[in-house]
Amino acid sequence: MVELNSKIPDGPIEDKWHSHLEHARLVGPRNRPTYDVIVVGTGLAGASAASSLAAQGYNVHVFIYHDTPRRAHSIAAQGGINACKNYREDGDSTYRLFYDTQKGGDFRSREANVYRLAQTSTQIIDQCVAQGVPFAREYGGMLANRSFGGVLVERTFYCRGQTGQQLLLGAYQALQKEIELGKVKMYTRSEMLDLVMVDGRARGIVYRDMVDGSIKSIAGEAVVLATGGYGAVYFNSTNAINSNGTAIWRAHKRGAAFANPSFVQIHPTCIPVSGDHQSKLTLMSESLRNDGRVWVPRTPKDTRNPADIPEEERYYYLEERYPTFGNLVPRDVASRAAKVVCDDGLGVGSTGYSVYMDFRDAIESKGRDTIAEKYGNLFDMYSEITGESPYDQPFRIYPAVHYCMGGLWVDYNLQTTIPGLYAIGEANFSDHGANRLGASSLMQCLADGYFILPQTIGDGLQPLYRDKVDTTHPAFARTEAEVRDRIQRVMSIKGDSTPLSIHKRLGKVIWNNCGMSRNAEDLASALDQVDQLKKEFWENVNIPGTDGDVNQTLERALRLVDFLEIGELMCRDALMRDESCGCHFREDHVADDGEVQRNDEDFSHVAAWEWTGEDSVSERHEEQLSYEVMQPATRSYK
Amino acid sequence: MIKQEPDNGQPTPDTVSLTIRAWRQARGEDHGHFEVYEVGNVPVDASFLEMLDILNEDLVSRGRDPIAFESDCREGICGTCGIVVDGLPHGPGHCTTCQLQIRDFEDGATITIEPFATGAFPVIKDLMVDRSALDRIIQAGGYVTVHSGPKPDPNSIPIEHDVVEDALDASACIGCGACVAACPNGSSSLFTSAKIGHLGLLPQGQPEREDRVRKMVEAMDEEGFGSCRNYAECQASCPKEISIKYIGRMNADYIKATISGGDRRGDMHAT
Repeated sequence: MVELNSKIPDGPIEDKWHSHLEHARLVGPRNRPTYDVIVVGTGLAGASAASSLAAQGYNVHVFIYHDTPRRAHSIAAQGGINACKNYREDGDSTYRLFYDTQKGGDFRSREANVYRLAQTSTQIIDQCVAQGVPFAREYGGMLANRSFGGVLVERTFYCRGQTGQQLLLGAYQALQKEIELGKVKMYTRSEMLDLVMVDGRARGIVYRDMVDGSIKSIAGEAVVLATGGYGAVYFNSTNAINSNGTAIWRAHKRGAAFANPSFVQIHPTCIPVSGDHQSKLTLMSESLRNDGRVWVPRTPKDTRNPADIPEEERYYYLEERYPTFGNLVPRDVASRAAKVVCDDGLGVGSTGYSVYMDFRDAIESKGRDTIAEKYGNLFDMYSEITGESPYDQPFRIYPAVHYCMGGLWVDYNLQTTIPGLYAIGEANFSDHGANRLGASSLMQCLADGYFILPQTIGDGLQPLYRDKVDTTHPAFARTEAEVRDRIQRVMSIKGDSTPLSIHKRLGKVIWNNCGMSRNAEDLASALDQVDQLKKEFWENVNIPGTDGDVNQTLERALRLVDFLEIGELMCRDALMRDESCGCHFREDHVADDGEVQRNDEDFSHVAAWEWTGEDSVSERHEEQLSYEVMQPATRSYK
Repeated sequence: MIKQEPDNGQPTPDTVSLTIRAWRQARGEDHGHFEVYEVGNVPVDASFLEMLDILNEDLVSRGRDPIAFESDCREGICGTCGIVVDGLPHGPGHCTTCQLQIRDFEDGATITIEPFATGAFPVIKDLMVDRSALDRIIQAGGYVTVHSGPKPDPNSIPIEHDVVEDALDASACIGCGACVAACPNGSSSLFTSAKIGHLGLLPQGQPEREDRVRKMVEAMDEEGFGSCRNYAECQASCPKEISIKYIGRMNADYIKATISGGDRRGDMHAT
């Protein structure tokens, strides 16, 4: 039975983090090299954590399935990173960033964690600039800012439309330096397939060498999962082709509680689905909503060229429905509004499932050059994919799966319910509640990696001095054998279904039933459908080739095994959360104005699921959220 | 409320049929060869890699070994993909392979696909190559040495707008290796000079500037990359349009660093 002790420090919210650090146990610099820390993943969270821990002196072992750490999907983040520097003197502050994040998450996150995130945010910008991250500057040489959804200040720092890339290169370069110094050992093309437990502690991982197929293991005193989200369960998403949930799911099956699995962000501005062949959906940064106006024709099935539709026949639905925030409402609100207008028949494009995002007015008032400097690469990307130029006609966009607020449950130290196992970045659940604000993911990943984990991990490691376990412990051989057995089972089925076809069907089931709009009946039916797909997989999948070689079909199948189980838990979580909040829109809980209706009395908690075995239903536990600073209120952007 | 979007509500899109001549090589140490595949019913709005997905799905469904190729973000930013298409790294589109679209090819065309293989990029399987040599160039000095911790406020060091934009033009490099694959000499000068240019332009990169250029240039040689002969094929094939002006900058920095007496800091790297 898992115990959910969040370990939130006492005291006023603004003092919690510092007083926590003052009382944490430390590992001294001379002892740090005696500890081996395993980090899985090298996105913003993993690379920043690994380089920081190595620079402190720990022995760090880093695992990725990519060929180099610079490929991690943080690289694709476009718009920016938030920090409450208040450079614009527009009323920003630590409290304001905390307030926006907590409200943006619809009051379903932990106050203490969110406040710490806001406190840490300004340091991140300082750190990244010192590394040589080329944030946009104004002509006087000062840092430039722009605005993102759900806020009324300009606190977002950016590098054109490639902020994630530049921040990741900063962290990657710091990591490369530690590799050169011998403090980090890098294992590329090595995919974690299981967690090794010894006496209730995480003591290592089992991984597959993706070139020769061998199964190996490694021991350490702590394991840090920085493996991102599981959004690719939907098949079509803005995630990378290889993004998967295997590391966190395997940890879950070894005892780590999984929090709020149904909280998945659907991003409002993506290039729409065009057909069944599509392998991924491409995001168009939220920053575009600073200048782009979202609209649909007021007349259903209006096939005129958008430029020919006069102003009075255009329905700027975000501006009309939410005059205060307009086009910059948070993502969940914007996505739902797009779905509503399309469901009402006002959508455009051949499928009727897209809306316009128009730069005509911005180009007219600010000039084409200004718009090109701000968004040039996004405009180019859109033209390359669709063959249409947003300078001449509006973008066509539709919501797509983007980010997981849910993830492994962690305490204030970012430790999961398994001692010695930590989760950082998107892989944990901690800071975004039921909806994440734009430009906050990069902030959280780097806060976790550069500043929080490196200072909290010592507290858990200190008692382990000279208490080392190596891979001769029988738990390693046992776990390796289980992994080999799993691979053999998958390889030996030799049926007729391909992993890709099952994954696509799983994606449709989850999208149609556990996507932007949910109800109890559909969720129950989705559970049955997922069960059928699981059966089909285990009875009828076919993997060509051998497991002792590069085998991309096998890689996909092993990830799919876990997606099938994650999809089931998502539906179960959505079914049990009998309220609407943030991204979780239950059709039976809608306010009179069409917005979400929370039920604070019964659902002011984090749902943390415990794995109870292959043949039993997972158990749901609750961590009650306390609101000491900010009482939950109806979330309005009108 | 309508629950679900039509899966395929649009009219059936136009399709094309293609002949693919693909490089097949089971392992790095094996001899490779071309194999020819027919792939039909490819929607014109599919991407090039989605066409390969369709071909591979057909192979897998018939129990045959699919063509191994790498890709990840499929948005042109991660640098994972990289196929020589009809003799050009990333193909004819001035973009990454993943951004190449089927509508850019004629119906009935024969397309040849090969790996980014050069001396420094050994083949792993089919179209997959090992580009870790590029990481080792960065390890030699492609960073600013800073630990995580409190730093001065960034606005205390103003940087000219145009300087930052120039640095960003260089650091837009995605590390795909097309520049190496395109170079008749297999040189990695564009890749290396982009990092040197990015950090060398910024005030934060100044303290290690000379040390950096010396070490990174030497690392290029050690990894077996060829030397630059100003063919400029790298610039022509770079999906991020990185300019060869950074190679000029690198060469100037290198000369300055090697005549200035080298590193006088002693061994400052604590162990």
